[in-house]
Amino acid sequence: MAVETISKTPEVSLPISSDSITLRISRFNPKNDLSPIFAEFKVPIQKWTTVLEAILFVKQNLDHSVAVRYSCRQASCGSCGMRINGKPALACYTKISELNSNIVTVEPMHNFPIIRDLAVDFKQMFANHKKMKPYIIREDSEIASDTKEFLQTPEEVEKYLQFSYCIKCGLCNSACPTMATDESFIGPQGLAQAYRYVADNRDDGKKERLKIIDQSHGIWRCHFAGSCSHVCPKGVDPAMAIQLLRGYLLGFRK
Amino acid sequence: MTERMSNREGLKGMANPTRYGLERVAYWLQRLSGLGLLAYLIGHIYETSSIVNGKVAWDKMLELTQTTQGHLILTLVIGMCVYHTANGIRVMLGQGGIGVGKPGQPEYPYKAASLNYKQRLCIWVSIALAALAMMYGMAVLFGD
Amino acid sequence: MRESIIMKIHYGTALGAVALVTIHILFRMTQNFSESLQYQNVIANYHLLPYALMLEVVLILLSVHGFNGLRVILLELKQGIVYEKLINYGSIGAMAALIAYGSRTILMAGMGMS
Repeated sequence: MAVETISKTPEVSLPISSDSITLRISRFNPKNDLSPIFAEFKVPIQKWTTVLEAILFVKQNLDHSVAVRYSCRQASCGSCGMRINGKPALACYTKISELNSNIVTVEPMHNFPIIRDLAVDFKQMFANHKKMKPYIIREDSEIASDTKEFLQTPEEVEKYLQFSYCIKCGLCNSACPTMATDESFIGPQGLAQAYRYVADNRDDGKKERLKIIDQSHGIWRCHFAGSCSHVCPKGVDPAMAIQLLRGYLLGFRK
Repeated sequence: MTERMSNREGLKGMANPTRYGLERVAYWLQRLSGLGLLAYLIGHIYETSSIVNGKVAWDKMLELTQTTQGHLILTLVIGMCVYHTANGIRVMLGQGGIGVGKPGQPEYPYKAASLNYKQRLCIWVSIALAALAMMYGMAVLFGD
Repeated sequence: MRESIIMKIHYGTALGAVALVTIHILFRMTQNFSESLQYQNVIANYHLLPYALMLEVVLILLSVHGFNGLRVILLELKQGIVYEKLINYGSIGAMAALIAYGSRTILMAGMGMS
């Protein structure tokens, strides 16, 4: 990446703050630019300022053209995933004070095409997610059933609940070493979602899903490096889901 | 160009073991030792094939390999072999779903159960076993 | 072949190789290391039929495991129908070539053709 930088300091009166940091934002528009450059901004911070708040400060006061995707600001929507000081994380969930650095560098997540600046394209991840048939597959339906609903014990729910917390932020796919080079790989997000439904005792689609993932760029391209679980902001633990899912293919699980 | 458009991290990212904890280091060492062992296997088969050309050819090959550098390479091979085996067994069991923890309600700060202390301990044991085997190998090779 | 079958072979060859390579190394430990590499001692090893057979099995297991491992790494590095076919068939070819070359040594040394 080019080291060319553009520095900007606020011209407006800032909120009272004892501290400030340098926020380096990767700027890149694939339509016009050959390579990304860094724009540097002096941003005032408080103890509780998040990286997203710092970026939004830049947008409001210094350069409104910075492209960033965000919505809920509370780690629920999965929109603001980016590389913060080199590691994939949610901008809304990362406090600047926790980074222990006066320079914070934000870049778009790896392994996703860049739309502009910090916004990346999730098309492939969503397509892979869809390929995993992320819904309950069974012949009958809750409406037609005599019991009107498919009851589950708390133990049965616990088998998949954790994996249903995935917010599709893409951090796991960004950290995965296989995704770094293999563009056909399903990725930890998709595979973890395949397990989420396979482990659900209301579902009868196990055979179908196992067939989809048992191909040359499927589950076997995971080598249990654990980087996906390392960065997951919701405790989904995709690495565990993938290994448990593989247990079915290896005959360790029925 | 394609690489830039897809923004893939590429080989440099795949081979960088520094950012995601011990498990990523273990993955990197497993790959590296695997490649090293395959190279050694090919070399070893070539080396031993000299025996079909008689004693003179065999002794000539021994002269080439039974040197300080040759012994150092062999020591490294011992280390790679032991690490690849021990960590490989850990990975194999893990990939069958053994020792990766049980699904449950995730709680803040959301520490992943699959990256548990047992896994980390096994990685350290694999590294320690490799180091011990290398020391023993050195004692045997250089003790002669 | 399904990827799960290939990977089961990968794991199986790994476990088999670990057991047999251990025996192979222990054979070097039966005497002083450099002595065990003397021409007459190595030839004697090859003449021992069970040991020669074990070497052949080790050769097959390690070739299959090693080249399948390399295939996996190469498949992850680059994608494309032609490239992947090349890697898949290339790996099988390399396995076969290494097994053939190693078997030649075992056979010729075992039969006293050196």
